[in-house]
Amino acid sequence: MTLKKRIIPCLDIKDGQTVKGVNFVDIQKAGDPLELAKRYVKEGADELVFLDITATVEGRKTFTELVKRISKEINIPFTVGGGIGTVDDARNLLRAGADKVSINSAAVKNPQLIREISTEFGSQFLVVAIDAGLVDNEWKVFVKGGRESTELDVLKWAKKAEKLGAGEILLTSMQHDGTKDGFAIELTRQLTDQLSIPVIASGGAGAKAHFSDVFKQTNATGALAASVFHFGEIAIPELKSYLKSEQLEVRI
Amino acid sequence: MIGVVKYNAGNIGSLVNALDRLGVDSKLTDDPDELRSAEKVIFPGVGEASSAMRYLKERTLDQVIKSLNQPFLGICLGMQLMCEYSEENSTECLGIFDEAVKRFPVGEIVPHMGWNNFISHSGVLFEGISAVDCMYFVHSYFVEVGPDSIATTDYVLPFSSGLKRENFFGVQFHPEKSGDVGQKLLENFLKIK
Repeated sequence: MTLKKRIIPCLDIKDGQTVKGVNFVDIQKAGDPLELAKRYVKEGADELVFLDITATVEGRKTFTELVKRISKEINIPFTVGGGIGTVDDARNLLRAGADKVSINSAAVKNPQLIREISTEFGSQFLVVAIDAGLVDNEWKVFVKGGRESTELDVLKWAKKAEKLGAGEILLTSMQHDGTKDGFAIELTRQLTDQLSIPVIASGGAGAKAHFSDVFKQTNATGALAASVFHFGEIAIPELKSYLKSEQLEVRI
Repeated sequence: MIGVVKYNAGNIGSLVNALDRLGVDSKLTDDPDELRSAEKVIFPGVGEASSAMRYLKERTLDQVIKSLNQPFLGICLGMQLMCEYSEENSTECLGIFDEAVKRFPVGEIVPHMGWNNFISHSGVLFEGISAVDCMYFVHSYFVEVGPDSIATTDYVLPFSSGLKRENFFGVQFHPEKSGDVGQKLLENFLKIK
């Protein structure tokens, strides 16, 4: 009887449509993020993340409109991210109905943005997303969708983000993302051991056991995945029953 | 009409959306007369205690809220502001409930963010809701357990997840973000005469 581990599907959005293919036969419009989101809510997702990967101004407007539709129809919390670079960007998304925003490259470029957003809207509204990659066997922060490495050490950056007011860290291991070999346990544990804000693990989920591994071996309070859910390789209700059978606290 | 107290707190729109989904007519307002004449009043909120209290006092909403006789529901920060005192920036609050608002101990993961259920819960607000049903919480401060507690939840320690005194109710979680169970709680509140 305590806080439940969160299972969080992530939807990549481009021009208002989901990007990665989805093979749910019972969804008529698989490209419609709202339809997919509703399905995940019904299946027991604990939160949702919508990541805008659009690069155009028009696409941005479409995304904001989508956020409005989502907030009208979805009754669980959701985070939006992608391309948020200013307090005004965050405010627009808050007004559109987002529960949290996630910032990544912009925070690395200007760490004060973390303080500005959290002071204005509260820490609970701000997720700092960190893309971690190995460079000469050391975990470094990557930016621009993981295309560019920086000199920043992942653990140091996470601590700094916490100090500046981040409410939560979304940690993605680029080394593990897409491999389906499991989450970055060691790195996630390092962060959860040293931070006192919630950490969500992301990247590498390929089997139900990977979720129980990350929850048992680290203090991550949530785990995020995309393709294993979108392609129906792991169904959320089954995943949750499995985690429960592994003595983990989940919401069923 | 359901009056929703308008003040400088974040994402009040979610509550209005939730009431819309229930087909309920609501109005976001900081007008004392509109709040007094509302059939029921909801006091939502995410934010910081001292700036919220300052905002309410500047508009005499602190006095208005305390004088209301209709069913009143504070959510999250709203509930905390209904207490006597908050450790968050040492803030004197509305004093409807006697319980104090304290910070979770240092060294624990804060905010308490995510889904949690009940150690105990009772009364009309929780009708049809089981102790294993989960609600969505996001908070760094908690209300201690006391005589006004109608629900308690465990995170690091047992705290008040629901409070009641006369026509005043408060919940620490966000029913508007707690899926179908949260919707049930809002429906229960809307049925209170």
